[in-house]
Amino acid sequence: MSNSQLTPGIVPARLPASTLAENFTDHEPPLDRHEARVAADRCYFCFDAPCMTACPTSIDIPLFIRQIATGTPDAAARTIFSQNILGGMCARVCPTEQLCEEACVREAAEGKPVEIGRLQRFATDTLMAKGVHPFTRAAPTGKKVAVVGAGPSGLACAHRLALKGHEVTIYDRRPKAGGLNEYGTATYKTVDDFAQAEVAWLLKIGGITVKTGVTLGRDVMLGDLQAQYDAVFLGLGLAGVNALRVPGEDLAGVQNAVDFIAGLRQAADRATVAVGRDVVVIGGGMTAVDAAVQSKLLGAENVTIVYRRGREKMSASAYEQDHASQTGVRIIYGAAPVRVLGEGKLAAVEFAYTEDTPEGLKLSSETFTLKADQLFKAIGQTLAGAPEGLGISGGKLALQPGQRIWAGGDCAAGGEDLTVTAVAEGRDAAEAIHASLMGAAG
Amino acid sequence: MANLTTNFIGIKSPNPFWLASAPPTDKEVNVRRAYEAGWGGVVWKTLGSEGPPVVNVNGPRYGAIWGADRRLLGLNNIELITDRPLEVNLREIKQVKRDWKDRALIISLMVPCDEDSWRDILARIEDTEADGVELNFGCPHGMAERGMGSAVGQVPEYIEMVTRWVKKHSRMPCIVKLTPNISDIRKPAEAAKRGGADAVSLINTINSITSVDLDDFAPEPTIDGKGTHGGYCGPAVKPIALNMVAEIARSRETAGIPISGIGGVTTWRDAAEFMALGAGNVQVCTAAMTYGFKVVQEMISGLSDYMDRKGFTDTSELVGRAVPNVTDWQFLNLNYVTKAQISEADCIKCGRCYIACEDTSHQAIEMLPDRTFKVKDDECVACNLCVNVCPVENCITMVQLPKGQVDPRTGTPVGDYANWTTHPNNPASQAAE
Repeated sequence: MSNSQLTPGIVPARLPASTLAENFTDHEPPLDRHEARVAADRCYFCFDAPCMTACPTSIDIPLFIRQIATGTPDAAARTIFSQNILGGMCARVCPTEQLCEEACVREAAEGKPVEIGRLQRFATDTLMAKGVHPFTRAAPTGKKVAVVGAGPSGLACAHRLALKGHEVTIYDRRPKAGGLNEYGTATYKTVDDFAQAEVAWLLKIGGITVKTGVTLGRDVMLGDLQAQYDAVFLGLGLAGVNALRVPGEDLAGVQNAVDFIAGLRQAADRATVAVGRDVVVIGGGMTAVDAAVQSKLLGAENVTIVYRRGREKMSASAYEQDHASQTGVRIIYGAAPVRVLGEGKLAAVEFAYTEDTPEGLKLSSETFTLKADQLFKAIGQTLAGAPEGLGISGGKLALQPGQRIWAGGDCAAGGEDLTVTAVAEGRDAAEAIHASLMGAAG
Repeated sequence: MANLTTNFIGIKSPNPFWLASAPPTDKEVNVRRAYEAGWGGVVWKTLGSEGPPVVNVNGPRYGAIWGADRRLLGLNNIELITDRPLEVNLREIKQVKRDWKDRALIISLMVPCDEDSWRDILARIEDTEADGVELNFGCPHGMAERGMGSAVGQVPEYIEMVTRWVKKHSRMPCIVKLTPNISDIRKPAEAAKRGGADAVSLINTINSITSVDLDDFAPEPTIDGKGTHGGYCGPAVKPIALNMVAEIARSRETAGIPISGIGGVTTWRDAAEFMALGAGNVQVCTAAMTYGFKVVQEMISGLSDYMDRKGFTDTSELVGRAVPNVTDWQFLNLNYVTKAQISEADCIKCGRCYIACEDTSHQAIEMLPDRTFKVKDDECVACNLCVNVCPVENCITMVQLPKGQVDPRTGTPVGDYANWTTHPNNPASQAAE
């Protein structure tokens, strides 16, 4: 093939294979032993540490860093995994600059927090590399629980339930387990098939059966699960994507960013993944940044993120925005799409500048047009309907007491839509299920 | 710029920073490099008697402890005195001294405890034109088992006897180096003075085992599965050395004897502290062994700037200046009342002051819901632990209550100076009435 960055249209292999390989290496390479010891030495072992409070899974960060500093990374990993069984993934994808590291007292003192995320990865990688599972299952309870969704919340819930001796079956509509860990995060953050390796390692606890390719409401009904299991956990995620609601949205070349990201993650060869010469991404979250950055890394000539509000309102962190800029992505703030233009296929997108008024965001009369052969929609995901018998409230599943149904992750109310929040909710739901099941038994 | 030139028992040097007798001063090449870097003087590594030189181990001879970021805090060694032939050392000393006349060059000596041995070695070194001798009565390992080093330094009568021999058989200024491995440092200092020593230097290294290999179950440094105690030095020993220097400086029997201060001097500030407690100069080893000879340049500029700030033009104005303020506990003012004060602007909210006080002290710090920390004056005994555990310098300070103000902890107003000797709880003070 002889495509280049200048080839018009949506085409694969814009860059040589060697460049592609280089572009998709580990975004933040792991710390080696020496680096980890140096980084760990900076931790002050704060009392009631702000980093720990900022962590949705409340990992005892000062303790695990002290364990690294004293040469016991396996103990550090156990400290992490006891709170967050997906601590390996969270170390890679957590927006630490908005969570633990933002709260670090050394951020206040020097503007340079302890590298908590990278230290967490050092500890978890060290233990996981040994291929052993750090926990042992309790004696079987005879209770069975169905978990729908093999994403972060489902996996965390299943693991905690299995740990307590319950028998768990996980159902997932996709061919592989992992949810957004497998299909939704940037390729350069989870190199070497880490999501699948993590699932395999997690399942070593035993007592968990995974059934993939099973869709709730089609292949299996919620009522049947309720009949067959002692409890049901729903970690469905958000399968729907918000529409732009502007003319021309159905033109060829307009895609969901999440599908592009998933396709890239699943591609055996990145040179087969097609990308436009002029890519426009609409949105302000991590999905927008991941789609834009990876488009650039695949060889798109011009990549532009357009976000309707200002920089500080963008849900992707300043760190992620800077990362996008450094990769060569242009970010335009304060503009919203009004029309998608093209004859049969996408050619350009027309935007209007916005004004943030007390009455809300308003489009101004001033417009501009960006040339585009590929447009990614990244303005948020939505619950793709509720299973039978359940309602939706505020865009999230509405549960009724007494149904023996629990929920967690992006489909459930409460918390931000982050991997680490999903893990916390799955884990806590498992504790609630356990209390409910054992309370009933006793 | 302040004048750092010192005259220590008649030995002149351009600054008070000498390298101690140790591995960095064992050879001509090292000593020349030291002088080039700016060191004011060198105490040549200890020479022994003529004859086959001592031998050293061929495995590791140093052990260490570290602080954060693997900063070396304490070093221990099991190296013996020079293992090079006497005539080689003497030839090199003579050559170096000829080329570096403005720098001090002292020869450290350790020979068997008989008068002939001392007379012989003193005769051998006379020709080198070195500025003085230092008697190594301190080395705690290897030589002590042979009746030398600290085996002499732990017996005041021997110190006095050997010092007398040295003064009898040599006109060179004589410094007696003291071992800290003794219960009362004043006794050997008094003995040295009685023997006619011109000065004492202290401390030599402290008996120590720095660590244990937890796989081989042997002390470090480990030689073929075994280890032995070595001499400990470096920043970790400075407080011990400062106290011993101060004890000699303020003791009636030894007050006024020139002191060369040794023990963990790492920066200009350490040196100034030793000098304020009575040392006429300092000797350095571990800092040079950790960072190389260039560290002396920071010591020179730092001490000079400090003296300028204080308006001192000569090091003699600094030497001994803190000695009158070293006293016994019983004379401390019990009516000096302070309270910790936390600067909210400087606080980084780590909470270590809080948990240290709450878990291990007086429950005198309150953690407010917004994670600000406040001292409870009615509980604070002014112990200073919060100051010491705070990672931010000067964030927590101790503020004195003015006379007459009521201490919220005791409910009594701050009074005039009063110490334990007159305190009503002191049985001795009551008996005196």
